Amino acid sequence: MVGATKRSGMARREALEGYIFLLPWLLGFLFFSIGPIVASFGISMTNWQVGLPIKYAGFANYAEMLTKDRLFWQSLKVTANYSLLALPAGIIVALSMALLLNQKAYGLGIYRTIYYLPSVCSGVAVSFLWLWILNNQFGLLNWFLSLLGIESIGWLLEPRWALPALAVMSLWGSGGLMIIYLSSLQAIPVEMYEAANLDGAGPIQRFVSITLPMLSPTIMFNLVTGIIAVFQTFTAAWIMTNGGPSFATYFYVLHLYFTAFQYARMGYACGMAWVLFVIVLVLTALVLRSSSYWVFYAGEAE
Amino acid sequence: MAQSTVGSAPKTGPRDAAAVERARRMGRRHRNWHQILIYASLTTGALAFLIPLAWMVSTSLKPEDQLYVFPPIWIPRMLQWSNYSKVWESVPWWVYTRNSVFLTAVNIIGNLLGSSLAAFSLARLRYPGRTLFFLIMLSTMMVPYWVTIIPTFILFRTLKWTNTYLPLIVPAYFAVPFYTFLMRQYFMGISRELEDAARLDGASTFRIYAQLVMPLARPALATVAIFSFVAQWNDLINPLIYINDQSKYTIAVGLAGFQNNYRVFMNHMMAAATMALLPVLIVYFVFQRLFIQGIVMSVSKG
Repeated sequence: MVGATKRSGMARREALEGYIFLLPWLLGFLFFSIGPIVASFGISMTNWQVGLPIKYAGFANYAEMLTKDRLFWQSLKVTANYSLLALPAGIIVALSMALLLNQKAYGLGIYRTIYYLPSVCSGVAVSFLWLWILNNQFGLLNWFLSLLGIESIGWLLEPRWALPALAVMSLWGSGGLMIIYLSSLQAIPVEMYEAANLDGAGPIQRFVSITLPMLSPTIMFNLVTGIIAVFQTFTAAWIMTNGGPSFATYFYVLHLYFTAFQYARMGYACGMAWVLFVIVLVLTALVLRSSSYWVFYAGEAE
Repeated sequence: MAQSTVGSAPKTGPRDAAAVERARRMGRRHRNWHQILIYASLTTGALAFLIPLAWMVSTSLKPEDQLYVFPPIWIPRMLQWSNYSKVWESVPWWVYTRNSVFLTAVNIIGNLLGSSLAAFSLARLRYPGRTLFFLIMLSTMMVPYWVTIIPTFILFRTLKWTNTYLPLIVPAYFAVPFYTFLMRQYFMGISRELEDAARLDGASTFRIYAQLVMPLARPALATVAIFSFVAQWNDLINPLIYINDQSKYTIAVGLAGFQNNYRVFMNHMMAAATMALLPVLIVYFVFQRLFIQGIVMSVSKG
């Protein structure tokens, strides 16, 4: 009996200590995560504009967004188009690099270092660097294209080329994705390839029937986290194009940023934040859904 | 862990010597072509990744008359090192650097402290609701920063914290979900026996955290420190919305100011970009393994 109460006393003590140690997260969650998310919804129901009296507005902000705000739709379109362009390209480039690095050859460590290098460089400096590389008159990219006999392109000057230009720039940072694919590739059991070899499968067949299915969960995961990341594209668009030309690179968070910090329409911007939140929720649900497929794949494999 | 795969020489059994020799020669030739192809692709890729950075450095050392020429000049005919000192003279670069170093250091400490406490709780202590808290934390990792940015901004403005460093420092001391997750995964792997022995010796929970688990978790702490460093060094949006005085600017915000200044030549801009990226590059080359380890850890168990 005494032992039991002592044990339960210890358990209670451990629980108390557990909560105390967890406090940094609990408080952070309260003040910087769930609190702001809830507050955001409250604020989105008002017409709060800094400097003006606050009035309850119901769903007026959402109604305006969906029916009147053409820039809102433009920013969604830009973000979606960019996802369609940059994400598949990024996956192809990262996967190709990973496949190369997964070969048997000497000195691969050096190549891996080089491939991953650009992904640690980010932010304003990289935006300036690419502003220069994409320069239509003196930029490196147009110089390279001129060697191939292609006429110079007004990368950041023409609306139809601005998004592809940013996508090219994003490919430069595919190294992080590559590392993820490389570790997934190395997790594929060698026996599977050996069995396929015995069955007389060629390299293409091996890739299609073993490598791709085994990588599909990683690809799906990357696709969805990639879309969420695209929804947060700010620095490059703000520094390099400021959303232009003719709103061709007007990303979602750029609209949010201008609404909140240029026009000080806090109510409306909070509404936009909530729409972003719902989009991400739906995408996350998609990942969870897709994960049931990959559990199935792994089970098949064993 | 993604290791570089280093090939080992294939073994052949001595059966029919002549046939084996013939096959080996054919195989070797085939393998040679294969190897050449692999190295050619690897090197092409490596060049594509390195050239932008080389171009940045090359531009940063050019005199004005070699800047805006087509085709581009790769190696400046005269290295104009004064481009760098020009940057230091024209903007308070020293102040920006000092501010960036200070904020980065304070944030790394905050991230290590706050996240490790929460991670210790989630990994090593037992109490009701622990799994639920962990799941909630994981789901908040998917929430974009932009969803919470406006209420957080309003909160800090109400506290009269704008134009101070508090909004840039205080949140770092609450557990960051991603870093907490990384540390928790590592803490879980530390042997229970050591902890039990320490408890028998009368060690308190805090002592076990501070003197047993933390020293053993040095690799995980280093990985978090490095991610935190890169994130903080490159952060643009937070200093942008909270800081007004130029004397409090970080390198990222100071650099962004070049964007609207059309008198800035590209060589000065690239000199500034090089200086902004240099610390990240140095950290990358020194701690490369930790970067890769961190990425692999973040997906393999997620």
